[in-house]
Amino acid sequence: MPFSLLLCVTMNFLGQTWVGEWLTGLGRIAVLTRDAVASALTFKASRRDLLYQIYFIGIKSQSVVLITGAFTGMVLTVQTYIQFHKIKMDTASLAVVGVSMCSELGPVLTALMVAGRVGAAIAAELGTMRVTEQIDALRTLATHPIDYLVVPRLVASMIALPLLTVESVVVGIGSGYLVGVQLLGIDPVYLWFNMLKFTGVIDLEFGLIKSFIFGGIIALIGCYKGLSCGMGAEGVGRATTEAVVYSSISILITNFFLTLVFQRVAVLVL
Amino acid sequence: MIEVRQLEKSFGAQLILDGVDLRIDSGESAVIIGRSGGGKSVLLKHLIGLLQPDRGQVLVDGDNITRMNERQLLRVRRKFGMVFQGAALFDSMTVAENVAFGLRRHEHLTEAEITRRVAAALDVVDLPGTQLKKPAELSGGMRKRVGLARAIIYEPQIILYDEPTTGLDPIASDSIDHLIMRVRDHLNVTSVVVTHDMRSARRVGNHVFMLHGKKIYAHGPPEEFFASRDAVVRQFIDGVADAKETIL
Repeated sequence: MPFSLLLCVTMNFLGQTWVGEWLTGLGRIAVLTRDAVASALTFKASRRDLLYQIYFIGIKSQSVVLITGAFTGMVLTVQTYIQFHKIKMDTASLAVVGVSMCSELGPVLTALMVAGRVGAAIAAELGTMRVTEQIDALRTLATHPIDYLVVPRLVASMIALPLLTVESVVVGIGSGYLVGVQLLGIDPVYLWFNMLKFTGVIDLEFGLIKSFIFGGIIALIGCYKGLSCGMGAEGVGRATTEAVVYSSISILITNFFLTLVFQRVAVLVL
Repeated sequence: MIEVRQLEKSFGAQLILDGVDLRIDSGESAVIIGRSGGGKSVLLKHLIGLLQPDRGQVLVDGDNITRMNERQLLRVRRKFGMVFQGAALFDSMTVAENVAFGLRRHEHLTEAEITRRVAAALDVVDLPGTQLKKPAELSGGMRKRVGLARAIIYEPQIILYDEPTTGLDPIASDSIDHLIMRVRDHLNVTSVVVTHDMRSARRVGNHVFMLHGKKIYAHGPPEEFFASRDAVVRQFIDGVADAKETIL
Protein backbone atom coordinates (compact mmCIF):
# COMPACT_ATOMS: atom_id res chain seq x y z
CA MET A 1 0.00 0.00 0.00
CA PRO A 2 1.50 3.36 -0.96
CA PHE A 3 2.43 5.66 1.90
CA SER A 4 0.01 8.45 0.85
CA LEU A 5 -2.95 6.04 0.80
CA LEU A 6 -1.97 4.64 4.19
CA LEU A 7 -1.74 8.18 5.55
CA CYS A 8 -5.12 9.04 4.07
CA VAL A 9 -6.79 5.95 5.60
CA THR A 10 -5.16 6.64 8.97
CA MET A 11 -6.26 10.31 8.93
CA ASN A 12 -9.78 9.27 7.96
CA PHE A 13 -9.89 6.73 10.79
CA LEU A 14 -8.54 9.28 13.29
CA GLY A 15 -11.04 11.86 12.06
CA GLN A 16 -13.90 9.56 12.96
CA THR A 17 -12.68 8.76 16.48
CA TRP A 18 -12.37 10.78 19.67
CA VAL A 19 -8.70 11.31 18.81
CA GLY A 20 -9.79 13.20 15.70
CA GLU A 21 -12.29 15.26 17.68
CA TRP A 22 -9.66 16.02 20.29
CA LEU A 23 -7.11 17.09 17.67
CA THR A 24 -9.73 19.24 15.93
CA GLY A 25 -10.60 20.92 19.23
CA LEU A 26 -6.93 21.53 19.95
CA GLY A 27 -6.48 23.10 16.52
CA ARG A 28 -9.50 25.36 17.01
CA ILE A 29 -8.23 26.53 20.41
CA ALA A 30 -4.88 27.28 18.77
CA VAL A 31 -6.61 29.38 16.08
CA LEU A 32 -8.73 31.14 18.73
CA THR A 33 -5.55 31.89 20.73
CA ARG A 34 -3.81 33.31 17.65
CA ASP A 35 -6.78 35.53 16.76
CA ALA A 36 -7.26 36.68 20.36
CA VAL A 37 -3.57 37.57 20.79
CA ALA A 38 -3.57 39.42 17.44
CA SER A 39 -6.67 41.35 18.47
CA ALA A 40 -5.29 42.09 21.97
CA LEU A 41 -2.06 43.46 20.48
CA THR A 42 -3.98 45.88 18.25
CA PHE A 43 -6.12 47.13 21.19
CA LYS A 44 -9.48 46.45 19.57
CA ALA A 45 -11.17 45.71 22.92
CA SER A 46 -12.88 48.53 24.81
CA ARG A 47 -11.41 49.70 28.11
CA ARG A 48 -14.86 49.67 29.72
CA ASP A 49 -15.40 45.97 28.92
CA LEU A 50 -11.90 45.15 30.16
CA LEU A 51 -12.47 46.92 33.50
CA TYR A 52 -15.79 45.14 33.97
CA GLN A 53 -14.14 41.76 33.36
CA ILE A 54 -11.32 42.57 35.80
CA TYR A 55 -14.02 43.40 38.36
CA PHE A 56 -15.93 40.18 37.60
CA ILE A 57 -12.91 37.87 37.53
CA GLY A 58 -10.75 39.62 40.14
CA ILE A 59 -12.94 41.36 42.72
CA LYS A 60 -15.79 38.85 42.64
CA SER A 61 -13.38 35.91 43.18
CA GLN A 62 -11.88 37.41 46.35
CA SER A 63 -13.88 35.44 48.91
CA VAL A 64 -13.31 32.03 47.35
CA VAL A 65 -9.57 32.69 46.87
CA LEU A 66 -9.08 34.08 50.38
CA ILE A 67 -10.83 31.13 52.03
CA THR A 68 -8.87 28.63 49.92
CA GLY A 69 -5.55 30.38 50.61
CA ALA A 70 -6.15 30.71 54.35
CA PHE A 71 -7.20 27.13 55.00
CA THR A 72 -4.53 25.67 52.73
CA GLY A 73 -1.86 27.66 54.63
CA MET A 74 -3.25 26.52 57.98
CA VAL A 75 -3.53 22.83 57.18
CA LEU A 76 -0.10 22.80 55.54
CA THR A 77 1.42 24.36 58.67
CA VAL A 78 -0.21 21.75 60.91
CA GLN A 79 0.87 18.80 58.72
CA THR A 80 4.42 20.08 58.35
CA TYR A 81 4.66 20.75 62.09
CA ILE A 82 3.55 17.18 62.88
CA GLN A 83 6.40 15.74 60.79
CA PHE A 84 9.06 18.34 61.65
CA HIS A 85 8.31 18.14 65.38
CA LYS A 86 9.64 14.55 65.36
CA ILE A 87 13.09 15.78 64.35
CA LYS A 88 12.99 19.04 66.35
CA MET A 89 12.63 21.27 63.30
CA ASP A 90 9.36 22.98 64.36
CA THR A 91 10.57 26.46 63.40
CA ALA A 92 11.09 25.42 59.76
CA SER A 93 7.38 24.63 59.33
CA LEU A 94 6.47 28.04 57.88
CA ALA A 95 9.39 27.89 55.44
CA VAL A 96 7.76 24.85 53.81
CA VAL A 97 4.46 26.69 53.72
CA GLY A 98 6.11 29.77 52.19
CA VAL A 99 7.88 27.89 49.39
CA SER A 100 4.90 25.68 48.53
CA MET A 101 2.39 28.55 48.64
CA CYS A 102 4.54 30.80 46.44
CA SER A 103 5.54 28.33 43.76
CA GLU A 104 2.86 25.61 43.72
CA LEU A 105 -0.19 25.73 45.95
CA GLY A 106 -0.88 29.46 45.65
CA PRO A 107 -1.02 29.62 41.84
CA VAL A 108 -2.52 26.15 41.29
CA LEU A 109 -5.28 26.28 43.91
CA THR A 110 -6.18 29.86 42.99
CA ALA A 111 -6.38 28.89 39.33
CA LEU A 112 -8.49 25.81 40.08
CA MET A 113 -10.94 27.86 42.17
CA VAL A 114 -11.16 30.59 39.53
CA ALA A 115 -11.59 27.94 36.81
CA GLY A 116 -14.59 26.61 38.71
CA ARG A 117 -16.17 30.01 39.16
CA VAL A 118 -15.07 32.10 36.18
CA GLY A 119 -14.42 29.40 33.54
CA ALA A 120 -17.92 28.03 34.08
CA ALA A 121 -19.47 31.52 34.01
CA ILE A 122 -17.67 32.45 30.77
CA ALA A 123 -18.72 29.21 29.03
CA ALA A 124 -22.33 29.53 30.22
CA GLU A 125 -22.63 33.20 29.23
CA LEU A 126 -21.09 32.79 25.77
CA GLY A 127 -22.92 29.50 25.21
CA THR A 128 -26.27 31.12 26.00
CA MET A 129 -25.39 34.01 23.69
CA ARG A 130 -24.64 31.51 20.95
CA VAL A 131 -27.87 29.50 21.25
CA THR A 132 -29.99 32.68 21.41
CA GLU A 133 -28.27 34.10 18.28
CA GLN A 134 -26.71 36.98 20.24
CA ILE A 135 -23.28 36.10 18.79
CA ASP A 136 -24.75 36.32 15.27
CA ALA A 137 -26.38 39.63 16.26
CA LEU A 138 -22.95 40.92 17.32
CA ARG A 139 -21.52 39.96 13.94
CA THR A 140 -24.37 41.68 12.07
CA LEU A 141 -23.57 44.81 14.11
CA ALA A 142 -20.09 44.70 12.55
CA THR A 143 -18.47 43.59 15.80
CA HIS A 144 -16.02 40.70 15.92
CA PRO A 145 -16.88 38.30 18.78
CA ILE A 146 -13.18 37.87 19.52
CA ASP A 147 -12.67 41.64 19.98
CA TYR A 148 -15.79 42.10 22.06
CA LEU A 149 -16.10 38.84 24.03
CA VAL A 150 -12.79 36.94 24.09
CA VAL A 151 -10.09 39.62 24.40
CA PRO A 152 -11.52 41.46 27.46
CA ARG A 153 -11.95 38.13 29.28
CA LEU A 154 -8.50 36.87 28.28
CA VAL A 155 -6.64 40.05 29.25
CA ALA A 156 -8.66 40.49 32.47
CA SER A 157 -8.02 36.89 33.48
CA MET A 158 -4.27 37.23 32.85
CA ILE A 159 -4.19 40.40 34.96
CA ALA A 160 -6.47 39.16 37.76
CA LEU A 161 -4.95 35.71 38.33
CA PRO A 162 -1.46 36.92 39.43
CA LEU A 163 -3.06 39.47 41.76
CA LEU A 164 -5.37 36.86 43.26
CA THR A 165 -2.40 34.50 43.63
CA VAL A 166 -0.42 37.12 45.58
CA GLU A 167 -3.43 37.57 47.83
CA SER A 168 -3.75 33.84 48.35
CA VAL A 169 -0.03 33.47 49.14
CA VAL A 170 -0.06 36.34 51.66
CA VAL A 171 -3.16 35.04 53.41
CA GLY A 172 -1.86 31.45 53.33
CA ILE A 173 1.46 32.35 54.95
CA GLY A 174 -0.22 34.74 57.39
CA SER A 175 -2.78 32.21 58.54
CA GLY A 176 -0.08 29.51 58.74
CA TYR A 177 1.96 31.83 60.96
CA LEU A 178 -1.01 32.46 63.26
CA VAL A 179 -1.78 28.73 63.57
CA GLY A 180 1.92 27.96 64.18
CA VAL A 181 2.30 30.59 66.90
CA GLN A 182 -1.12 30.63 68.55
CA LEU A 183 -2.19 27.00 68.21
CA LEU A 184 1.01 24.97 67.97
CA GLY A 185 3.18 27.19 70.18
CA ILE A 186 6.14 27.57 67.80
CA ASP A 187 8.60 30.40 68.52
CA PRO A 188 7.32 33.33 66.40
CA VAL A 189 10.72 34.95 65.66
CA TYR A 190 12.45 31.79 64.39
CA LEU A 191 9.33 30.70 62.55
CA TRP A 192 9.23 34.00 60.62
CA PHE A 193 13.02 34.20 60.20
CA ASN A 194 13.23 30.71 58.68
CA MET A 195 10.32 31.42 56.35
CA LEU A 196 12.11 34.53 55.02
CA LYS A 197 15.43 32.67 54.81
CA PHE A 198 14.19 29.75 52.71
CA THR A 199 11.49 31.41 50.62
CA GLY A 200 13.16 33.17 47.71
CA VAL A 201 11.81 35.95 45.54
CA ILE A 202 12.32 33.59 42.62
CA ASP A 203 9.69 31.23 44.10
CA LEU A 204 7.15 34.03 44.01
CA GLU A 205 8.23 35.06 40.51
CA PHE A 206 7.74 31.51 39.21
CA GLY A 207 4.33 31.41 40.90
CA LEU A 208 3.29 34.66 39.26
CA ILE A 209 4.41 33.51 35.80
CA LYS A 210 2.42 30.31 36.33
CA SER A 211 -0.70 32.18 37.38
CA PHE A 212 -0.39 34.50 34.36
CA ILE A 213 -0.40 31.43 32.08
CA PHE A 214 -3.22 29.75 34.05
CA GLY A 215 -5.30 32.93 33.62
CA GLY A 216 -4.93 32.59 29.86
CA ILE A 217 -5.86 28.89 29.95
CA ILE A 218 -9.05 29.51 31.98
CA ALA A 219 -10.28 32.35 29.73
CA LEU A 220 -9.41 30.66 26.42
CA ILE A 221 -10.97 27.29 27.30
CA GLY A 222 -14.08 28.99 28.75
CA CYS A 223 -14.48 31.18 25.64
CA TYR A 224 -13.81 28.30 23.26
CA LYS A 225 -16.33 26.03 24.95
CA GLY A 226 -18.94 28.80 25.03
CA LEU A 227 -18.46 29.88 21.41
CA SER A 228 -18.55 26.29 20.11
CA CYS A 229 -21.28 24.89 22.35
CA GLY A 230 -24.09 22.71 21.02
CA MET A 231 -27.64 23.93 20.63
CA GLY A 232 -30.17 24.06 23.47
CA ALA A 233 -29.91 23.92 27.24
CA GLU A 234 -28.08 20.58 27.06
CA GLY A 235 -25.37 22.12 24.87
CA VAL A 236 -24.84 25.01 27.29
CA GLY A 237 -24.73 22.62 30.28
CA ARG A 238 -22.18 20.39 28.61
CA ALA A 239 -20.03 23.36 27.53
CA THR A 240 -20.01 24.67 31.11
CA THR A 241 -18.99 21.33 32.59
CA GLU A 242 -16.33 20.74 29.94
CA ALA A 243 -14.90 24.24 30.43
CA VAL A 244 -14.28 23.53 34.13
CA VAL A 245 -12.97 19.99 33.63
CA TYR A 246 -10.66 20.83 30.71
CA SER A 247 -9.37 24.02 32.38
CA SER A 248 -8.60 22.14 35.60
CA ILE A 249 -6.84 19.29 33.81
CA SER A 250 -4.88 21.71 31.62
CA ILE A 251 -3.80 23.71 34.67
CA LEU A 252 -2.51 20.61 36.47
CA ILE A 253 -0.65 19.27 33.43
CA THR A 254 0.80 22.68 32.50
CA ASN A 255 1.88 23.19 36.11
CA PHE A 256 3.96 20.01 36.04
CA PHE A 257 5.85 21.00 32.89
CA LEU A 258 6.30 24.60 34.04
CA THR A 259 7.74 23.33 37.32
CA LEU A 260 10.27 21.22 35.39
CA VAL A 261 11.27 24.21 33.26
CA PHE A 262 11.51 26.54 36.27
CA GLN A 263 13.66 24.04 38.15
CA ARG A 264 16.15 24.12 35.29
CA VAL A 265 16.02 27.92 35.18
CA ALA A 266 16.49 28.11 38.96
CA VAL A 267 19.59 25.91 38.76
CA LEU A 268 21.05 28.21 36.10
CA VAL A 269 20.15 31.45 37.91
CA LEU A 270 21.12 30.52 41.47
CA MET B 1 -27.84 45.24 -4.93
CA ILE B 2 -27.66 41.64 -3.73
CA GLU B 3 -27.08 38.80 -6.16
CA VAL B 4 -26.93 35.10 -5.31
CA ARG B 5 -25.47 32.72 -7.88
CA GLN B 6 -25.77 28.92 -7.75
CA LEU B 7 -25.63 28.80 -3.95
CA GLU B 8 -25.22 25.38 -2.38
CA LYS B 9 -25.16 24.56 1.32
CA SER B 10 -25.21 21.31 3.29
CA PHE B 11 -25.10 20.61 7.01
CA GLY B 12 -23.41 17.22 7.29
CA ALA B 13 -25.13 14.88 4.85
CA GLN B 14 -28.25 17.06 4.65
CA LEU B 15 -28.44 19.26 1.56
CA ILE B 16 -30.31 22.50 2.38
CA LEU B 17 -29.76 24.73 -0.67
CA ASP B 18 -28.98 23.32 -4.11
CA GLY B 19 -28.24 25.96 -6.73
CA VAL B 20 -30.17 28.99 -5.48
CA ASP B 21 -30.16 32.03 -7.80
CA LEU B 22 -31.76 35.35 -6.94
CA ARG B 23 -31.25 39.05 -7.46
CA ILE B 24 -32.54 41.87 -5.26
CA ASP B 25 -32.15 45.40 -6.61
CA SER B 26 -31.42 48.46 -4.47
CA GLY B 27 -34.54 49.90 -2.87
CA GLU B 28 -36.49 46.73 -3.54
CA SER B 29 -38.50 44.97 -0.84
CA ALA B 30 -38.04 41.25 -1.40
CA VAL B 31 -39.95 38.56 0.44
CA ILE B 32 -38.64 35.00 0.60
CA ILE B 33 -41.34 32.47 1.40
CA GLY B 34 -41.22 28.72 1.76
CA ARG B 35 -41.99 25.90 4.13
CA SER B 36 -40.55 25.67 7.63
CA GLY B 37 -37.16 24.00 7.53
CA GLY B 38 -36.87 24.73 3.83
CA GLY B 39 -33.69 26.81 4.17
CA LYS B 40 -35.08 30.38 4.15
CA SER B 41 -33.16 31.51 7.23
CA VAL B 42 -30.05 29.70 5.97
CA LEU B 43 -30.31 31.65 2.71
CA LEU B 44 -30.80 34.92 4.62
CA LYS B 45 -27.71 34.27 6.76
CA HIS B 46 -25.67 33.76 3.59
CA LEU B 47 -26.66 37.25 2.38
CA ILE B 48 -24.85 38.86 5.33
CA GLY B 49 -22.00 36.34 5.53
CA LEU B 50 -23.08 34.66 8.77
CA LEU B 51 -22.82 31.35 6.92
CA GLN B 52 -20.37 30.39 4.20
CA PRO B 53 -21.70 28.36 1.24
CA ASP B 54 -20.22 25.09 0.01
CA ARG B 55 -20.44 26.43 -3.55
CA GLY B 56 -21.73 29.51 -5.32
CA GLN B 57 -21.43 33.26 -4.81
CA VAL B 58 -23.14 36.05 -2.91
CA LEU B 59 -22.46 39.49 -4.37
CA VAL B 60 -23.24 42.62 -2.35
CA ASP B 61 -22.90 45.74 -4.50
CA GLY B 62 -20.66 43.68 -6.80
CA ASP B 63 -18.34 42.37 -4.04
CA ASN B 64 -18.20 38.60 -3.65
CA ILE B 65 -18.59 38.20 0.12
CA THR B 66 -18.06 34.43 0.07
CA ARG B 67 -14.34 34.99 -0.43
CA MET B 68 -13.99 37.40 2.47
CA ASN B 69 -12.62 36.60 5.91
CA GLU B 70 -14.47 37.68 9.08
CA ARG B 71 -12.63 41.03 9.36
CA GLN B 72 -13.39 41.95 5.74
CA LEU B 73 -17.01 40.93 6.27
CA LEU B 74 -17.31 43.32 9.22
CA ARG B 75 -16.86 46.23 6.78
CA VAL B 76 -19.54 44.86 4.41
CA ARG B 77 -21.94 44.28 7.32
CA ARG B 78 -22.01 48.01 8.11
CA LYS B 79 -24.34 48.25 5.10
CA PHE B 80 -26.74 45.81 6.78
CA GLY B 81 -29.16 45.71 9.67
CA MET B 82 -30.72 42.42 10.71
CA VAL B 83 -33.80 41.61 12.77
CA PHE B 84 -33.66 38.09 14.17
CA GLN B 85 -36.53 35.67 14.64
CA GLY B 86 -36.09 35.69 18.43
CA ALA B 87 -34.90 39.35 18.40
CA ALA B 88 -31.44 38.26 19.74
CA LEU B 89 -31.26 41.22 22.11
CA PHE B 90 -28.26 41.31 24.46
CA ASP B 91 -29.99 40.26 27.66
CA SER B 92 -27.37 41.74 29.98
CA MET B 93 -28.07 45.23 28.58
CA THR B 94 -30.99 47.64 28.80
CA VAL B 95 -33.09 48.55 25.77
CA ALA B 96 -31.13 51.80 25.34
CA GLU B 97 -27.78 49.99 25.52
CA ASN B 98 -29.00 47.42 22.98
CA VAL B 99 -30.18 50.07 20.54
CA ALA B 100 -27.05 52.20 20.99
CA PHE B 101 -24.67 49.24 20.60
CA GLY B 102 -23.74 49.86 16.94
CA LEU B 103 -23.36 53.60 17.47
CA ARG B 104 -21.07 53.22 20.46
CA ARG B 105 -18.87 50.70 18.68
CA HIS B 106 -18.45 52.41 15.34
CA GLU B 107 -19.26 56.11 15.57
CA HIS B 108 -17.64 58.76 17.71
CA LEU B 109 -20.68 60.57 19.07
CA THR B 110 -21.30 62.46 22.28
CA GLU B 111 -23.43 60.83 24.96
CA ALA B 112 -26.15 63.44 24.33
CA GLU B 113 -26.22 62.64 20.61
CA ILE B 114 -26.41 58.88 21.31
CA THR B 115 -29.28 59.45 23.77
CA ARG B 116 -31.12 61.57 21.19
CA ARG B 117 -30.70 59.00 18.41
CA VAL B 118 -31.76 56.11 20.66
CA ALA B 119 -34.93 58.02 21.61
CA ALA B 120 -35.61 58.77 17.92
CA ALA B 121 -35.13 55.11 16.90
CA LEU B 122 -37.45 53.96 19.71
CA ASP B 123 -40.02 56.53 18.55
CA VAL B 124 -39.90 55.07 15.04
CA VAL B 125 -40.75 51.60 16.41
CA ASP B 126 -43.46 53.04 18.73
CA LEU B 127 -41.63 52.22 21.96
CA PRO B 128 -40.86 55.61 23.51
CA GLY B 129 -39.77 55.65 27.16
CA THR B 130 -38.60 52.01 27.31
CA GLN B 131 -34.89 52.88 27.42
CA LEU B 132 -34.26 51.54 30.92
CA LYS B 133 -36.15 48.27 30.58
CA LYS B 134 -34.33 44.94 30.25
CA PRO B 135 -35.21 42.58 27.36
CA ALA B 136 -36.69 40.09 29.86
CA GLU B 137 -39.34 42.69 30.81
CA LEU B 138 -40.60 43.01 27.21
CA SER B 139 -43.19 41.00 25.26
CA GLY B 140 -42.25 39.12 22.06
CA GLY B 141 -43.56 41.91 19.82
CA MET B 142 -41.76 44.60 21.82
CA ARG B 143 -38.50 42.65 21.64
CA LYS B 144 -38.77 42.48 17.86
CA ARG B 145 -39.40 46.23 17.72
CA VAL B 146 -36.30 46.87 19.84
CA GLY B 147 -34.40 44.54 17.48
CA LEU B 148 -35.62 46.68 14.58
CA ALA B 149 -34.63 49.90 16.36
CA ARG B 150 -31.15 48.44 16.91
CA ALA B 151 -30.95 47.55 13.21
CA ILE B 152 -32.06 50.94 11.85
CA ILE B 153 -30.27 53.31 14.23
CA TYR B 154 -27.11 53.55 12.12
CA GLU B 155 -29.16 53.93 8.92
CA PRO B 156 -28.12 50.81 6.98
CA GLN B 157 -28.73 50.41 3.26
CA ILE B 158 -30.15 46.90 3.57
CA ILE B 159 -32.34 45.42 6.32
CA LEU B 160 -32.84 41.67 6.68
CA TYR B 161 -35.86 40.36 8.61
CA ASP B 162 -35.86 36.72 9.75
CA GLU B 163 -39.49 35.70 10.27
CA PRO B 164 -40.49 39.01 11.89
CA THR B 165 -44.09 38.02 12.66
CA THR B 166 -43.58 34.41 13.76
CA GLY B 167 -44.99 33.73 17.22
CA LEU B 168 -46.91 37.01 17.42
CA ASP B 169 -50.67 37.49 17.68
CA PRO B 170 -52.45 38.92 14.58
CA ILE B 171 -52.53 42.47 15.97
CA ALA B 172 -48.83 42.47 16.87
CA SER B 173 -48.06 40.94 13.44
CA ASP B 174 -50.04 43.71 11.76
CA SER B 175 -48.12 46.37 13.65
CA ILE B 176 -44.77 44.78 12.71
CA ASP B 177 -45.85 44.72 9.04
CA HIS B 178 -46.71 48.42 9.21
CA LEU B 179 -43.38 49.09 10.84
CA ILE B 180 -41.48 47.25 8.08
CA MET B 181 -43.37 49.28 5.45
CA ARG B 182 -42.75 52.53 7.33
CA VAL B 183 -39.02 51.83 7.63
CA ARG B 184 -38.85 50.81 3.96
CA ASP B 185 -40.60 53.97 2.77
CA HIS B 186 -39.05 56.51 5.16
CA LEU B 187 -35.45 55.29 5.11
CA ASN B 188 -35.57 54.11 1.48
CA VAL B 189 -33.73 50.89 2.32
CA THR B 190 -33.55 47.55 0.55
CA SER B 191 -35.55 45.02 2.59
CA VAL B 192 -35.34 41.25 2.55
CA VAL B 193 -38.08 39.57 4.59
CA VAL B 194 -38.12 35.84 5.24
CA THR B 195 -41.59 34.67 6.25
CA HIS B 196 -44.23 32.01 5.85
CA ASP B 197 -46.98 34.44 6.79
CA MET B 198 -48.87 34.97 3.51
CA ARG B 199 -50.65 38.13 4.65
CA SER B 200 -47.36 39.69 5.63
CA ALA B 201 -45.71 38.61 2.34
CA ARG B 202 -48.53 40.18 0.31
CA ARG B 203 -48.24 43.51 2.15
CA VAL B 204 -44.55 44.17 2.67
CA GLY B 205 -43.01 42.82 -0.54
CA ASN B 206 -42.74 44.18 -4.04
CA HIS B 207 -41.01 40.99 -5.21
CA VAL B 208 -41.78 37.53 -3.87
CA PHE B 209 -39.37 34.57 -4.08
CA MET B 210 -40.56 31.08 -3.22
CA LEU B 211 -37.96 28.62 -1.96
CA HIS B 212 -39.04 25.06 -2.71
CA GLY B 213 -37.10 21.88 -3.44
CA LYS B 214 -33.86 23.59 -2.26
CA LYS B 215 -34.08 26.20 -5.07
CA ILE B 216 -35.99 29.35 -5.95
CA TYR B 217 -39.04 27.66 -7.43
CA ALA B 218 -41.00 30.76 -8.48
CA HIS B 219 -40.72 34.53 -8.17
CA GLY B 220 -42.41 37.70 -9.30
CA PRO B 221 -44.31 40.78 -8.17
CA PRO B 222 -46.91 40.00 -5.45
CA GLU B 223 -49.99 40.52 -7.64
CA GLU B 224 -48.56 38.14 -10.28
CA PHE B 225 -47.21 35.63 -7.75
CA PHE B 226 -50.39 35.37 -5.69
CA ALA B 227 -52.44 34.87 -8.88
CA SER B 228 -50.22 31.96 -9.97
CA ARG B 229 -51.94 28.79 -11.18
CA ASP B 230 -48.89 26.59 -10.48
CA ALA B 231 -49.97 23.68 -8.25
CA VAL B 232 -47.01 23.92 -5.83
CA VAL B 233 -47.31 27.71 -5.45
CA ARG B 234 -51.10 27.47 -5.03
CA GLN B 235 -50.79 24.75 -2.41
CA PHE B 236 -48.40 26.90 -0.36
CA ILE B 237 -50.44 30.11 -0.74
CA ASP B 238 -53.71 28.36 0.16
CA GLY B 239 -52.05 26.39 2.96
CA VAL B 240 -53.33 22.98 1.90
CA ALA B 241 -51.57 19.93 3.35
CA ASP B 242 -50.87 16.78 1.32
CA ALA B 243 -52.95 13.75 2.26
CA LYS B 244 -49.88 12.08 3.80
CA GLU B 245 -49.23 15.15 5.94
CA THR B 246 -52.78 15.36 7.29
CA ILE B 247 -52.91 14.27 10.90
CA LEU B 248 -56.04 12.21 11.46
